[in-house]
Amino acid sequence: MPRLLQLLWAQLSGPGMVLKAFFPTCCASADSGLLVGRWVPEQSSAVVLAVVHFPFIPVQVKELLAQVQQASQVGVAVLGTWCHRRQEPEESLGHFLEGLGTLFSHEPWLQLCRERGSKSWNCKATRRQGPTPLAPACEDQVMLIFYDQRKVLLSRLHPPAALPERQAGDATASAGGLAAVFDTVARSEVLFQSDRFDEGPVRLTHWQSEGVEASILVELAKRAAGPVCLLLACLLSLVSAASACRVFRPWPLSFIWSKLSTCEQLRHRLDQLTLVVSAHRAEGPAQLMRKANTLVSVLLDMALGLLLLSWLHRKDRFAHLAEALVPVADRVAEELQHLLQWLMGAPAGLKMNRALDQVLGRFFLYHIHLWISYIHLMSPFIEHILWHLGLSACLGLTVALSILSDIISLLTFHIYCFYVYGARLYSLKIHGLSSLWRLFRGKKWNVLRQRVDSCSYDLDQLFIGTLLFTILIFLLPTTALYYLVFTLLRLLVVTVQGLVHLLVDLINSLPLYSLGLRLCRPYRLAAGVKFRVLEHEAGRPLRLLMQINPLPFSHVVRTYRLPSCGCHPKHSWGSLCRKLFFGELIYPWRQRGDKQD
Amino acid sequence: MAGPGAGEPAMEDERSFSDICGGRLALHRRYYSPSCLEFCLSCPRISLRSLTAVTCTVWLAAYGLFTLCENSMILSAAIFITLLGLLGYLHFVKIDHETLLIIDSLGIQMTSSYASGKESTTFIEMGKVKDVIINEAIYMQKVIYYLCILLKDPVEPHGISQVVPIFQKTQKMVFVQHTG
Repeated sequence: MPRLLQLLWAQLSGPGMVLKAFFPTCCASADSGLLVGRWVPEQSSAVVLAVVHFPFIPVQVKELLAQVQQASQVGVAVLGTWCHRRQEPEESLGHFLEGLGTLFSHEPWLQLCRERGSKSWNCKATRRQGPTPLAPACEDQVMLIFYDQRKVLLSRLHPPAALPERQAGDATASAGGLAAVFDTVARSEVLFQSDRFDEGPVRLTHWQSEGVEASILVELAKRAAGPVCLLLACLLSLVSAASACRVFRPWPLSFIWSKLSTCEQLRHRLDQLTLVVSAHRAEGPAQLMRKANTLVSVLLDMALGLLLLSWLHRKDRFAHLAEALVPVADRVAEELQHLLQWLMGAPAGLKMNRALDQVLGRFFLYHIHLWISYIHLMSPFIEHILWHLGLSACLGLTVALSILSDIISLLTFHIYCFYVYGARLYSLKIHGLSSLWRLFRGKKWNVLRQRVDSCSYDLDQLFIGTLLFTILIFLLPTTALYYLVFTLLRLLVVTVQGLVHLLVDLINSLPLYSLGLRLCRPYRLAAGVKFRVLEHEAGRPLRLLMQINPLPFSHVVRTYRLPSCGCHPKHSWGSLCRKLFFGELIYPWRQRGDKQD
Repeated sequence: MAGPGAGEPAMEDERSFSDICGGRLALHRRYYSPSCLEFCLSCPRISLRSLTAVTCTVWLAAYGLFTLCENSMILSAAIFITLLGLLGYLHFVKIDHETLLIIDSLGIQMTSSYASGKESTTFIEMGKVKDVIINEAIYMQKVIYYLCILLKDPVEPHGISQVVPIFQKTQKMVFVQHTG
């Protein structure tokens, strides 16, 4: 343990840094040549990007490097020499390689050497101590870190802390040592464009030197995407223009549209599709992922919707559903009638106030009677309506679920009405009771000061007040019971609707493309890196293998979540209970832009 | 202990400790080079006795329910639960060993290996490490000491953004006392 603390303390306080050479694994078997890459002085690390083979003309190499530097804004330079030789060291090659150090001057000058067929590597890094070329050179300790160039190029680092976004033209290294390596490799893509079949003046070895990677399908898709996107964008603009036209403006229609969750879902999907097919190019990788996620989510939605549609049509289930709907609604109404009869009697052994009971019971029973007649009126058209609504399932499973939620709210409209009546009556009673209770104790609510003040009442005021208070308090159990029963029913319906909305939200916001990418190509989404120490011999430099540590699934979902409709309940449990106690109406599912009742 | 001389192979060293609950832990030190050091803490393996005890309990309970309900689904369900529970325990809970790899001027890497072979790795760059401290914590009636790394806050230069305990999963290491 003391050794551990010593080492760590030395790291944190000591100035000298070991020189780190990042070497691509694809170049480990390449022939001898020059090392080309970028030197990061702050991290004391050299990122090797490619190997230039003999024979070459130094002027052409310098030209190529200048071109790459201009195109990619990365400071590419010749870092040193690479020697892949047989067992017997060739003296002439050794001198030749040292001579190159004077041609391409770079501080420090790396000399990597590997014996063919064995695992022993050698590296030296020399720095000149004085201004003259004849001054004695000093050697640094070197650590070799192998990295898979293709994976590092394609991956995207997700830092745990959110760093501010950098502009595209920023030429300096990003914060963090390893982010600089990823950045360098990603921006030097222009260096990897030529492979060994090109007749260029300089022969390079890098990850694409065996042949540039491309896919016919991807190229075809890119060509076809342009016109298809244009066509879809026109269609979508037509649809949105039609929906915004004046036919739908007048008050009853606009009120209905704002209440139906189907319209909300359709609008959301329209917005998302417009974003996907828009002609603007994606600004950054985050935008690209969002577009891809949206597209995959919409396609999956439609596929699931079509599946549902085919299942419904298979055994003529539509007719069964339509036939079953009216009896179900009748049954619900009948159960409600039984419930009201029970309440009008002696529910749970409680003794109700007979007159009030009868009034409320008959009032609600009349409503149910109206409702049943309405359902029976609609019954011949139910099948057609259902069939047409079912067709909309081909727009997506989310639309079908929203329609289901709307049908539930339409069928239970009477429960909602009863709840509103019960709640209003109860809240009126509670307010009356609280005000009369204050009168009973000789106090009054001061509206100006917003507090309770004592007040001297006249005798007749006190008499009438006490009388009313007594009446209200004896009528309270009846009203409270009705309120309780209908609130529970309403909460049940709201829970069912809430579950449906939750499912819709899940389908809307799950980033399926990112999850698929994490599953199939885990190196594309990187949380960080991990190192493995390779076989080590005494006297040889330390060799490490750098691998990509993929992002955990929970982080993927959190980072790439799509924005959903935002229909979340905004109350905490405490405020909900308070509202229930005072009889205030609860609207758990507030849509965007809804006004207060 | 002193570092190795020139030309010696990688130094390895093993010592055993006992944790605060009395179980045995083995600390394995490996010295690759002057700039690379590895510490490996191995936990005791899963014992056959405890495994047999848990399985027998679950199956006896299932058999008892079966004699009450006469439903053979209970027995199959008990088998499934035992298998899934064992797989879940080996894959998500039981730690085989934890490794700390320190690389000069690169960073600190912490790996936890589970009994099913799963490995979860965290790498902290040296630039982010502010300090290494020994922290005290009160656990039930004892005070235990543990090593942790303080990370720098990117926004505030003197602030600390996170405290990362080393050997977090094992977390019972007492390096004050050791047995031979």
